[in-house]
Amino acid sequence: MFKRFLGAHPENDKRKTKSNHSIYHVVSRGDGWAVVQSFEQISAADFFYRNRDLAGFTNPTRAIFSSLRELVENSLDAADQSGIPSDVYIRLSYDHERVVKEADEVKSKDENLFDNDVNSSEPKVYRLRVADNGSGVPARHIPSAFGQVLFGSKYKLKQARGTFGLGGTMALLYGQITTHKPAFVVSSTGGARIYMYKLVVDIQRNRPIIMDRKLLLNKEGWRGTIVEFSLEGDYAKAMSRILEYLKQTALVNPYANITFIDPKGRLYRFSRVTTKMPPPPKETKPHPYGIDVETIQRLIRITPCRNMIDFMRNHFHRVGEKTAHNFLESAGIGKTRTPKRLSQEGIVRLVKMMKRFRAFLPPDASCLSPIGEELLKAGILKELKPEFIAICQRQPSTYSGHPFIVEAAIAYGGEIQGKNDIVLYRFANRIPLLYDEASDVSWRIIKRINWRRYKVTTGMPIAILVHICSTKVPYKTVGKEFIADRPEVKREILNGIREAARQLQHFLTKREHVEKERRRLSTFSKYLPKIARFSTELAGKEKAPNIKKLLSSVRKYEEN
Amino acid sequence: MKKTKSATLERKKEIITALEDFGLNLYEQMEKGVFPSIKMPSRSIENIHYSSDLRQYVLGERAVRRSARNIRHIRPFTQLVWAAYFAHELAKHRKTSTLRDVYYSAQAYNMSFKDQPESNNIITDLETVSGFAREDFNVFPEERSAIFGDLTIEYTVPGYEGKQLNLTSHPDGVMIGPALTSAEFAKTGADKVIAIEKGGLFTRFVEEQVHKKFNALLVLTAGQAPRATRHFIHRLNKELNLPVSIFTDGDPWGMHIAMVIISGSANAAHLRGLATPDAKWSGVWASDIVEYKLPSDPLTDIDVKRLYELQKDPRYEGKLWQKEAKKFLKIRKKAEQEAFSRYGLTYIVDEYLPAKLEAFEKS
Repeated sequence: MFKRFLGAHPENDKRKTKSNHSIYHVVSRGDGWAVVQSFEQISAADFFYRNRDLAGFTNPTRAIFSSLRELVENSLDAADQSGIPSDVYIRLSYDHERVVKEADEVKSKDENLFDNDVNSSEPKVYRLRVADNGSGVPARHIPSAFGQVLFGSKYKLKQARGTFGLGGTMALLYGQITTHKPAFVVSSTGGARIYMYKLVVDIQRNRPIIMDRKLLLNKEGWRGTIVEFSLEGDYAKAMSRILEYLKQTALVNPYANITFIDPKGRLYRFSRVTTKMPPPPKETKPHPYGIDVETIQRLIRITPCRNMIDFMRNHFHRVGEKTAHNFLESAGIGKTRTPKRLSQEGIVRLVKMMKRFRAFLPPDASCLSPIGEELLKAGILKELKPEFIAICQRQPSTYSGHPFIVEAAIAYGGEIQGKNDIVLYRFANRIPLLYDEASDVSWRIIKRINWRRYKVTTGMPIAILVHICSTKVPYKTVGKEFIADRPEVKREILNGIREAARQLQHFLTKREHVEKERRRLSTFSKYLPKIARFSTELAGKEKAPNIKKLLSSVRKYEEN
Repeated sequence: MKKTKSATLERKKEIITALEDFGLNLYEQMEKGVFPSIKMPSRSIENIHYSSDLRQYVLGERAVRRSARNIRHIRPFTQLVWAAYFAHELAKHRKTSTLRDVYYSAQAYNMSFKDQPESNNIITDLETVSGFAREDFNVFPEERSAIFGDLTIEYTVPGYEGKQLNLTSHPDGVMIGPALTSAEFAKTGADKVIAIEKGGLFTRFVEEQVHKKFNALLVLTAGQAPRATRHFIHRLNKELNLPVSIFTDGDPWGMHIAMVIISGSANAAHLRGLATPDAKWSGVWASDIVEYKLPSDPLTDIDVKRLYELQKDPRYEGKLWQKEAKKFLKIRKKAEQEAFSRYGLTYIVDEYLPAKLEAFEKS
């Protein structure tokens, strides 16, 4: 449940960091010759410590945002997996101890050199606490789950928010290097005990160091996880992003209660509107199209199968007896060969043939958990309060052997503001994507659509929502900020938006009709009485003619 | 003369009755539970024909139906009914109004027109539907034309009934406004009417006592003659049997000012009593420019284009018109009435005018 990951997908660059890996410090001499200066090995934790930009900890603003986000996503994932609607409680406060101490220090020095104003937008030390009602972490895994980079429960082929098994620990790691303070983790899986850990990360060894451990009796049967630690950040600058993030998270998780108390003591509460949750995703085997040599090698190492037919059937997604036969035949691989005896060349050939073979069934979507029309509608209604919602859930599709589902929605009117540009909300596996909007494939698709065809004009109050869920979201960068331009994904998003846009067009057309009819009726009821009045005067009559019948006939005629 | 007086009053009565019948018709339709509608001759270009019998434009057979049932008609329809009501009020209280005034008055009834042309158009509809000119409904355009000469009129407007005025009483001339238009002709010593296009020349003619020398009534059209003025000229010709000659600038535009007085305009095809088919255009002709060696300007492209248009106009079928239009195109010159000043201030009165009138009488 906590984001640990060991390169489930070989094309993922992160994989390289999973084993203890050597880094060569190469110094260029400027004459074209490079001299290898020294060799040293660093741990995964060390690698991310040195390259924290990769994980979204670029600066104090980004860091506080990313820390909060990583922990909230872990919490939501934990609750999703236990099938309980999430209750996430987030508290961000000033770390008083630190502030007071620093203030004392400053007093003894030159006060003009230090800006000690608590209200200024300088990076400050905060204390972040995130508590959830999720499945909890088994006691023996707590130290590693929070004190070791790339350790976790998500090394499985099913949809989850986290992918890299990195975020939670990165947040603690970041807190540790900026404040030199241990983190507190409290968790229980609902058993008899609650476990409390005080720990720090041994960066060089990628190991947790347990500083304190306590056991409490779990009389109330509490289940969940609480993480609390100090970190340096700039809340003033990150605030709008954090609030936007929480709002959008609440939008796609309408079954979650999210409570946030910010450092000024302001309470933001996003309440659930339903307790219905999307069906949880099932774990799945890798699909032949998404396979690579490394994966095969690993499978061979662990497989109990004695022949290729069984090997194909047991380790791959949607490969049955018949498909296995057909494939091995057309690939020219002996059906009775023992997998363990495959040569290096044989494995490479196997992978190559798998990618070429056309008759594999496409991956099914049981490992995916789209939000679904009903929940999406509830979420949009709750957070955007529009007048109209059109939702389109596409059929499951695949790219490179990874199943994915696109959900698109268009919300119109209500509390949505009319802007020059259409507002776009992007989500991947129920995570809001807030940065690098213009690089995202959805953004480019929206820009390309001829909106006038759908009766949409500039300045209309419109918000578009695109959600893609997949066992492997095609992010373009490690920062998980925008979706790459995969043709299969692009087509699905385009068709999804178009379908929703058609619904919007229907709505707008209908409304236009209603409006036109309303104007028509009001025209008649404005002018007919005047005609009656002036003709009565001209004719010198006392009583005006009865035009009620005429007016009602106009209405009746139109309704037919 | 008593006869004409009663005719004027008679006409007023007719108008009021026509308006009331119009209202009653609509009222009865509504009482029957049907959407009121009216039928009137179409004023579209295809339905405007030149009648050589009447020597003016007339509307053809085509009719349009305006119905309150039609969403696109109901607004103009209501405006038309209001206009009828408003005209009826004017007639009943013997008040006059202008087109501008109509436009603003509508607002008091929450009947606002989107602009002046829209309201003008509704008044034209009312003319078409009733067969009376807007002047009959006491709706006048802004006035600028005048008359001077020995004609005594008797007012019929409230407060002046029976009062008489000789139109030589003011040297600037008397404005042809609502009061004069509705006045009766009491007596006149004049035996002809001279209509003049420009104010400068009109004033000169008064100073030179043209009305006495030629025993004429002088009418200033001030450019294209307003409908009230055309109607007034029509009456002078019809009721007093006075021949009318028209003096304009020597260019296609002056030529057409004369033509509209003589044969009317397409815009007023739905009306009678505005044209004076027996009036004569007495100059300045193209041939006068040559004959009198008048100082002249070259024709502009627009002038030339207009001449070609006029040549094709059915009203210009007459020999004189075709000849002069051709001549203009040949000499490519135009001249203003003031061009005669090169021969001295009184030349036009002493030489040109007598020669023209003489030729006119002979014809």
